Amino acid sequence: MLKLKNLAWLALLLPGIVQAQVSEFELDNGLKLIVKEDHRAPVVVSQIWYKVGSSYEYNGITGISHVLEHMMFKGTENLEPNEFSQIIARNGGEQNAFTGRDYTAYFQKLHKDRLEVSFKHEADRMRNLIIEPAELLKERDVVAEERRMRTEDNPQSLLREHFNAAAFMSSPYDHPIIGWMSDIQHYEADDLREWYQMWYAPNNATVVVAGDVEPKAVLELAKQYFGPLKPEIIAELKPRVEVAQRGIREIKVKAPAELPYLMMGWKVPGVTTVAEKNSWEPYALEVLAGILDGGNSARFAKELVREQQVATSIGAGNSLFSRLKDLFLVAGTPANGKTVDDLEVAVREQLERLKQTPVSSEELDRVKAQVVAETVYEKDSVFYQAMQIGMLETIGLDWMVGEQYVDNIKAVTAEQVQAVANKYFVDDSLTIAELVPLPLDGSRPVSNAGDAHVR
Amino acid sequence: MFARFFVFFFTLLSAGLSWAGPEIQHWTTDNKARVYFVPAPELPMVDISVVFDAGAARDAEQPGKAKMTAAMLDEGTDSMNADDIASAFANVGAKFGASSERDMAVFSLRTLTEKQAFEQAIDTYTKVLSKPAFPQSAFDRIQQTLLTGLQAENQSPQAIATRSFYENLYDQHPYSVMPAGNADSVQQLTPADLQAFYDRYYVSSNAVVVIVGALDRKQAEAVASRLTSGLATGKPAETLPEVKPMQQSQLINKSFPSTQTTIVMGQTGISRDDPDYFPLYVGNHILGGSGLVSQLSDELREKRGLTYGVYSYFKPMQQKGPYQFALQTRNEKAQEALTVLKNTLKKFIETGPTEAELTAAKQNITGGFALRVDSNSKIADYLAMIGFYDLPLDYLDSFNDKVEAVTVADIKQAFERRVNAETMLTVLVGGETTETE
Repeated sequence: MLKLKNLAWLALLLPGIVQAQVSEFELDNGLKLIVKEDHRAPVVVSQIWYKVGSSYEYNGITGISHVLEHMMFKGTENLEPNEFSQIIARNGGEQNAFTGRDYTAYFQKLHKDRLEVSFKHEADRMRNLIIEPAELLKERDVVAEERRMRTEDNPQSLLREHFNAAAFMSSPYDHPIIGWMSDIQHYEADDLREWYQMWYAPNNATVVVAGDVEPKAVLELAKQYFGPLKPEIIAELKPRVEVAQRGIREIKVKAPAELPYLMMGWKVPGVTTVAEKNSWEPYALEVLAGILDGGNSARFAKELVREQQVATSIGAGNSLFSRLKDLFLVAGTPANGKTVDDLEVAVREQLERLKQTPVSSEELDRVKAQVVAETVYEKDSVFYQAMQIGMLETIGLDWMVGEQYVDNIKAVTAEQVQAVANKYFVDDSLTIAELVPLPLDGSRPVSNAGDAHVR
Repeated sequence: MFARFFVFFFTLLSAGLSWAGPEIQHWTTDNKARVYFVPAPELPMVDISVVFDAGAARDAEQPGKAKMTAAMLDEGTDSMNADDIASAFANVGAKFGASSERDMAVFSLRTLTEKQAFEQAIDTYTKVLSKPAFPQSAFDRIQQTLLTGLQAENQSPQAIATRSFYENLYDQHPYSVMPAGNADSVQQLTPADLQAFYDRYYVSSNAVVVIVGALDRKQAEAVASRLTSGLATGKPAETLPEVKPMQQSQLINKSFPSTQTTIVMGQTGISRDDPDYFPLYVGNHILGGSGLVSQLSDELREKRGLTYGVYSYFKPMQQKGPYQFALQTRNEKAQEALTVLKNTLKKFIETGPTEAELTAAKQNITGGFALRVDSNSKIADYLAMIGFYDLPLDYLDSFNDKVEAVTVADIKQAFERRVNAETMLTVLVGGETTETE
């Protein structure tokens, strides 16, 4: 009774709202500026994206992009440590930064009249950062605490870290964004200065501004503050292509925990890594992820959680936008009385079905309806809109790829979903990790012993 | 030179920042549900929340009951099973959510306003709210899910610390109960318990309806009436008992196999209608509520590298919510961090903030006002708070003025009267903490 017969109404809805007002500029020094207008509220989001992240790093300095992100708040030739944050706060702003595998980004949310504050100080710290050894020592401790909080004391994060290290051999996606503890505790000021020199330059950055602004005025402001900055010669990245996987990889990770956990990952192409003739494949994988895990009516929730009751929670995720070849992930917690093996069998049955039988038109329509609706919902967040643009540009794609997302999803057929299921969900490219809970009786954890060696 | 220029820049512009908040429309339905509406025609979507005074504070002797009731609403109605409900929302791209804390049980819907999608989403949402059936098979499964959630808590030092903090801070008060309940209680719940809880608290006179989106007033009135039409009028929830303040300090150590110690410290704080709200809010903003620029962050993170993040906040509730401080640090530094935390608080109570600190805090809070209401979802959250706690409709409009009116003396007096550094409940969960005590 509650099924929609077709998507005609959704097609009618689209024009008019997806046409975003986006302006794109490039300064003489190579800085890219993208402005997206959204005049609903008198606010502006300013983000600056650098093409550097943990996938640019090599062993011994893992996590250096992230600690450099921390040091960016520690003073310049013009500002004292932490003064950047104080200035933004005084101007009624919110600000922070984040580091990923493929990017490092800084942002401020401000009243629209305050964009100048952001530009002035972002331009300053792009070229004039000071790395004080004493500040670095403290910040190493802060990042070590961050790592303990996020990873060491979180069994699922620990599993994920070991899982990535097993799944990737020659790809820099093998190490964590935050870095290994030993590396965190041995960065020197010169390591940071060198990393900063290599990557922090106008010709390696994209500024994204979204909100209640006029593009021309933003361009003028950008010219004023970023225009005078000198470009650098940016080193060309080595390809560091992941070697072909030759057989299933299975690991177990033991950690103090109550609940077991299962992770499975298959190597899949993304938009940047797919062969041109197969450019539809990442979108078919995206739809496949929606079939399995697009909310409460998708197959995982309906069949694994509600019918078979083999999982308490389970999710699937495709890696559409990564700079390098990445994984399609399935991860979940077995239901009470079920094992990780039971859950793995159930997941494999689901994938087998996708290989054997085309998905129904109702399911396909449902995934597409959700994607269309989501593109409307996303417009409620100015920050998210800027985020999407910055991320795409920084992994080497045009921001327009984001605008074409809905069309690419709508073009996916049931046969294509079946085809990618058969092509990519094969054991030879599969990595499986199992969290094996150790007792939580307060006895000294295994990880403490390892920790002691690196202090 | 650089910095000074910007101080000037700010002064120049601060007068131009008086952007009024959204205009809130308010009415009461025929069956006594209170409605709060802000039209937002820009995007073809609407956010709706129905909030009941039906959180864990109403659990009485059955911890977990409120949360499980909320979790069961989309598991089956008199005419639809869980699969039907999930499909009905998903097929039109609508998103339904249910959550339940101590005060509120919140049911939210985000849908497109395109007619076909809107009708189907609202129809399903209405059935979920007014015709839940609490089917036994779904009940059994959700019960297991809640028990697994409780197990997951046992592997999180933060969750263990928070539970211990509430249980000891509130002792016999309803707020001592964790919304997730406990294993014994959850195991003993029955569908009949949930039905009875639903019948008592899921009534229109105990409900607030929030609507933000591309509807006009007439459409919003129709939606509000339709959503609540299937609910009994009933009675508002009883007033919760007052919270008794702690009489003496208490220190709780819990051993846990983690590399860090989680520290949660605090005492009872304020209710939503507390006359000291603004001085305490602005004062705490300076002490530990403003992220990287707070005094606590400066002392613990910037100066000493002891933690990734430290914060303090007042959680205003129907009755006095907690005033809470929290951080994580490596086990061997737990005592040092706790000492710095306490000393910073003591100094703040004794001396209050400086004029410069207060000015900076006001600039941050009032200058950031537009950011707090720049999306439909944020406005909807504010409406839920205003409606549930019965705050004045001009709460947002007058917010900046009330912040501006706070003086250093107000903050100092309010902290002296209301915050007692000598009677703190402190919970430590971590590795070697017990050995060093």
